[in-house]
Amino acid sequence: MHSSINETKSVGLSADAAGAGRATDFRQARRRERRYGYLLSFPALLGLFMFLVLPFLMAVGMSFTDQRLLSPNAAEWVGLRNYERLLSVDWLVQEAERSDLGEVVRDAGGEPEFPSLRTVLRGDPAYREYREFTSWQWGEKRYVLLAKDPRFIQSFLNTLLFVMLVVPLQCGLALGLALLINRQLRGISVFRAIFFSPVVTSIVVVSIVWTFLYHRDVGVLNHYLQALTFGLVGPIDWLGDSDWAMPSIVIMSAWQACGVQMLIFLAGLQGISQDLYEAAELDGAGRWSQFWHITLPGLRNTMVFVILSTTVQAFGLFTQVDVMTGGGPQGSTSTVMFHAVAKGFREQDIAYGSAISVVFFLVILLIALLQKKFFDAREAK
Amino acid sequence: MADLQLEGVVKRFGEVQTIHGIDLDVTHGEFVVFVGPSGCGKSTLLRLIAGLEELSEGDIRIGGESVAHLPAAQRGVAMVFQSYALYPHMTVRENMGFGLRMAKFDKAEIDRRVEEAAAILKLEPLLERRPKALSGGQRQRVAIGRTIVRNPKVFLFDEPLSNLDAELRVQMRVEIAKLHAALGNTMVYVTHDQVEAMTMADKIVVLRDGRIEQVGSPLELYLNPVNEFVAGFIGSPRMNFFECRVLDVADDRLRLELPGDERIDMPADATGLRSGDRVTLGIRPEHILEHDRADIRLAIDVEVVEHLGGSTFVYARHIGGDAITLQVGGLSDIQPKDHRRVSFSRQICQLFDGDGRNISPHKVPGELKDEEPGQAATA
Repeated sequence: MHSSINETKSVGLSADAAGAGRATDFRQARRRERRYGYLLSFPALLGLFMFLVLPFLMAVGMSFTDQRLLSPNAAEWVGLRNYERLLSVDWLVQEAERSDLGEVVRDAGGEPEFPSLRTVLRGDPAYREYREFTSWQWGEKRYVLLAKDPRFIQSFLNTLLFVMLVVPLQCGLALGLALLINRQLRGISVFRAIFFSPVVTSIVVVSIVWTFLYHRDVGVLNHYLQALTFGLVGPIDWLGDSDWAMPSIVIMSAWQACGVQMLIFLAGLQGISQDLYEAAELDGAGRWSQFWHITLPGLRNTMVFVILSTTVQAFGLFTQVDVMTGGGPQGSTSTVMFHAVAKGFREQDIAYGSAISVVFFLVILLIALLQKKFFDAREAK
Repeated sequence: MADLQLEGVVKRFGEVQTIHGIDLDVTHGEFVVFVGPSGCGKSTLLRLIAGLEELSEGDIRIGGESVAHLPAAQRGVAMVFQSYALYPHMTVRENMGFGLRMAKFDKAEIDRRVEEAAAILKLEPLLERRPKALSGGQRQRVAIGRTIVRNPKVFLFDEPLSNLDAELRVQMRVEIAKLHAALGNTMVYVTHDQVEAMTMADKIVVLRDGRIEQVGSPLELYLNPVNEFVAGFIGSPRMNFFECRVLDVADDRLRLELPGDERIDMPADATGLRSGDRVTLGIRPEHILEHDRADIRLAIDVEVVEHLGGSTFVYARHIGGDAITLQVGGLSDIQPKDHRRVSFSRQICQLFDGDGRNISPHKVPGELKDEEPGQAATA
């Protein structure tokens, strides 16, 4: 498409008899320039192709097979089986067990008893391979959600939870820091460096350090918490309690990564004309009004970019989980990436791991597109 | 009455003092222009009045009340910025109403005032647009509208026309002058463009290096600049200066030797001058005549001629070797490489002593019945 446009242009030029020689020169120069362009971008393109495009295509291909990571057997085409295993969700309703008299059988605590779910699932071929994901009781009935890979569903929900917690926290933190360091003070660059330093520290190191900070018995966090509340609060088992484990990882991840967004916000802040603040000052706007009416609207585009990129980044949560909790306790910090790695490499089911990656890729793509659309719609308004 | 008084105003930025004690009285309804080369402190002075900079010493009073310790919003001033500083995400209506909104006016009152201002500035069709969708001139008008809406005691303009093209600048100049006539508020206008200063001001304040050089009406500054700096700054093209040697001194006259050995007698306040001293003679390009019949004559070599239609600028050198600029009639037949004799009247020129102080007699407009350059061209 592109080259054909150039072609017509060149033809148009050479039609001019007097300028024919010049046109040829021009065309040659253009061609040479284009060749240099390709040449110079070749190493980067090669890298992208080898380490991004090709593995992704391989993953797509592999997700339709039963490839194992290390196996003497040749892989076979299995169609959509991996995807079916990944995405199959079902539900059933159990009636409470009744005695011969038709009365509900109750346990010692007075709760109705239900037939063993395992027996039910094994007894019905329609529920083959299904396992319980979650269940809740309503009167004398029990509703059970089933999935062929309940851990994947849980990981997916965990990941969503992580994203929903970490994106506002991380972006808010980044904006706050950017506002703090966006002033002409002596030594302000030192603070910039300090706030940015977690970003350039290895996430593995950070995770290990924070594991100590979070430690139930010797962790600094619990010590302070108890000292400040005179022993009323804690100790909290930050990483060992399934309610606290994910929030703990959220806080630590936001702290570690917000330096990048801080710099982007800082650039955005410096792009807002000082005149606007002065005009607002003359208009009688106080600090808060200035922030609300000048700074925030002025950061709109920066904000869109930061939220989009942070969201995509947050979906990839893996290292912190791997180092700090190993997905536990009770799967409460298992994420999709963690699950994919666990399945694909630790359990050596690389085909299934690939299927997880592909599905996840599509989900992130969809969310990014929706976000973009949302912001575009607001822009148009 | 909202008159504006500056009293011993000093501004220091850390160690550096940029405004060195300014005293100024502006009466209600006056259009005052601060003019001076860049770095003279005119914008700083305006920002001090606005309350965007903190006063280091001195006092500023508006309507008799000291505002030095009031925040910008409570001083009763409104400012038009060079960059317009329109809020980009707000419509014209919201931009103009923002100050009132901050002051907690009710919606109906805001709308009424915004529409009133919009009517004055012919902005009604643009009220729902964003600044992005406006031309430079329209943005300028919105910026002015934003100040009108607040009905300030004093309007402040910080080089408001410098981002506009030449034609629009002239147009807006007239509009601001009209606005001043219609509203009758005190206006303080900062510019580095002496044409803007001359055309708009009731009173011009010429600043240099944080000090006032001269305050006066445009014609007063034009005819009786207190020193060489003001003389050179006011008027376009710039005044020509020649260094002369004093040959003889009488009470109210000097005998001077011009470069090129021409000797002339000049009326002047000669106190403190002795023969052998150096003085500077200043003559405006538009006061040099193309013929040699006036009382001071010069021989020149023409280098460049610019025909502007209505007038002609001639850049030349005279015998002494100094550059000289002439503004003559548009139909002048003067040519590059011409050798010419030109002349000017001793009444109209200025004389400055070694310190740059004007020592020529005070000039009164009515008494100077000189030949106009236009007449000279046809003569």
